[in-house]
Amino acid sequence: MIEIIDLKKHFGPKHILRGVNLKIEEGKTLAVIGGSGTGKSTLIKCIIRLLEPDGGKILFNNKDITHIKKQMELAKLRRSFGYLFQEGALFDSLSVGENVVFGLKYLTDTPKSEYARIAKEKLALVGLKGIEHLRPSELSGGMKKRVSLARVLATEPKVILYDEPTSGLDPIMSEIINELIIDLKNKLGVTSVVITHDMKSAFEISDNMAMLYEGKV
Amino acid sequence: MFKALGRLLIKFFTQLGQASSMVSSCVFWLFKSPLEFSQTMQQTTKIGVESLVVATLTSLFTGMVLALQAGTTMRNILSEPLYIGTLVGFSLVRELGPVLTAFVVAGRAGAAVTAEIGTMQVTEQIDALHTLGTDPIRYLVIPRIIAFMIAIPVLTLCANFSGMFGGFLVSVNSLGVASNVYISDITTYIGVDDLMHGFIKSCFFAFMIGVVCCYKGLWTRGGAEGVGKSTTQAVVTSMVLILVMDYFLTAILNSIGL
Ligand SMILES: Nc1ncnc2c1ncn2[C@@H]1O[C@H](COP(=O)(O)OP(=O)(O)OP(=O)(O)O)[C@@H](O)[C@H]1O
Ligand SMILES: [Mg+2]
Repeated sequence: MIEIIDLKKHFGPKHILRGVNLKIEEGKTLAVIGGSGTGKSTLIKCIIRLLEPDGGKILFNNKDITHIKKQMELAKLRRSFGYLFQEGALFDSLSVGENVVFGLKYLTDTPKSEYARIAKEKLALVGLKGIEHLRPSELSGGMKKRVSLARVLATEPKVILYDEPTSGLDPIMSEIINELIIDLKNKLGVTSVVITHDMKSAFEISDNMAMLYEGKV
Repeated sequence: MFKALGRLLIKFFTQLGQASSMVSSCVFWLFKSPLEFSQTMQQTTKIGVESLVVATLTSLFTGMVLALQAGTTMRNILSEPLYIGTLVGFSLVRELGPVLTAFVVAGRAGAAVTAEIGTMQVTEQIDALHTLGTDPIRYLVIPRIIAFMIAIPVLTLCANFSGMFGGFLVSVNSLGVASNVYISDITTYIGVDDLMHGFIKSCFFAFMIGVVCCYKGLWTRGGAEGVGKSTTQAVVTSMVLILVMDYFLTAILNSIGL
């Protein structure tokens, strides 16, 4: 479904990705592991084109998406993806509930009357209840992470890129999130790329594993 | 020396290029997608309310000091405080009202806009907007530029009135000008063209402040420190550009008879 060929990315003189080759099959989960600062986040940002690669190719459903420039086409591409940010990246100016349903307005035709129900349902999935009216600044780091995951789930994307979904969570919560990822795969056929530091959960959830080291897999 | 100058020029033109590409994306999204109406309204009231008190106070005292200076000068030259209303009104409506209001808004609301967008940039909220199917230009920039373009002319109008009122207070109370004389000095000599002159200026200022502050916010790099840096830069750039634009706009508007 996603094919990455000889992907290169550098920031100034720092060469982060030096020719990554990866294949992600439909309905499968790929775990990406690797030391801190090896470019894991950079890699999945290239996939969803938040960053433009400097070399190589990314194919999505056999279509070359490496250098799409048109804003409309990029927006369309991103419709298929969900991206869980490492730090959550919740919108400070909106409440938790508004954060969760934010994407619905732009990515789906869900009627507004459904929003409250969806927010509740998705927050329950990540083990949070009755916090819709709070502001992101009132949450703990782990709670932010889970709200952010709820926001990704709300739009029901076909491919989800998780940037360390379980870091900063207690073991029980991590287990719940891992099961959620497996559930999404089994029930909805979601394709996932999961960045993780936790080897145990990497083995648990993934069909394939890739280790990033010195800019290569 | 030349190297430094060259680097400065390169930086200037890169930024100009980036800012203009932002403006062209604004035009693109303005036609491609419905306006974020509630965002725009929210921003307009926020900018308006934030700056109203400071803007009116600033011009109140400016009007007062204008009247005082003009009054004492006139008394020295003509031994009578003549045409104070006209002088105060002209200076405010054509020049000081738009410029001072733009200054106040740039320092207050402009800084807030850059800091907010800059923080969103360094905490990946801008990236999150992309992944959730919208675009920072559409969701953040356009509503804010429009908000500035509504709020600043309205604030300028308020500032003009409060400045003329300040002039009125000083003229009547300490210069001994009759109140109806002050008012007729204003109404007989200041016409629609003067109001247009000020209005057009304030629209241009508003657009520029919106572009500069959003641009600096979006191009923030380097964490919390970066946010502080780009906020200062946004305010300084806006203020310098207000004065530069003011000169050229005055020259152009005068030459077309406004
Ligand atoms: N915008 C940027 N500008 C310059 N350098 C960057 C930028 N983003 C990332 N880097 C650099 O790229 C390298 C890889 O960053 P990345 O965030 O991909 O690491 P990571 O593998 O996700 O690490 P972690 O496990 O700590 O999240 C880092 O050394 C970082 O300094
Ligand atoms: Mg990372």
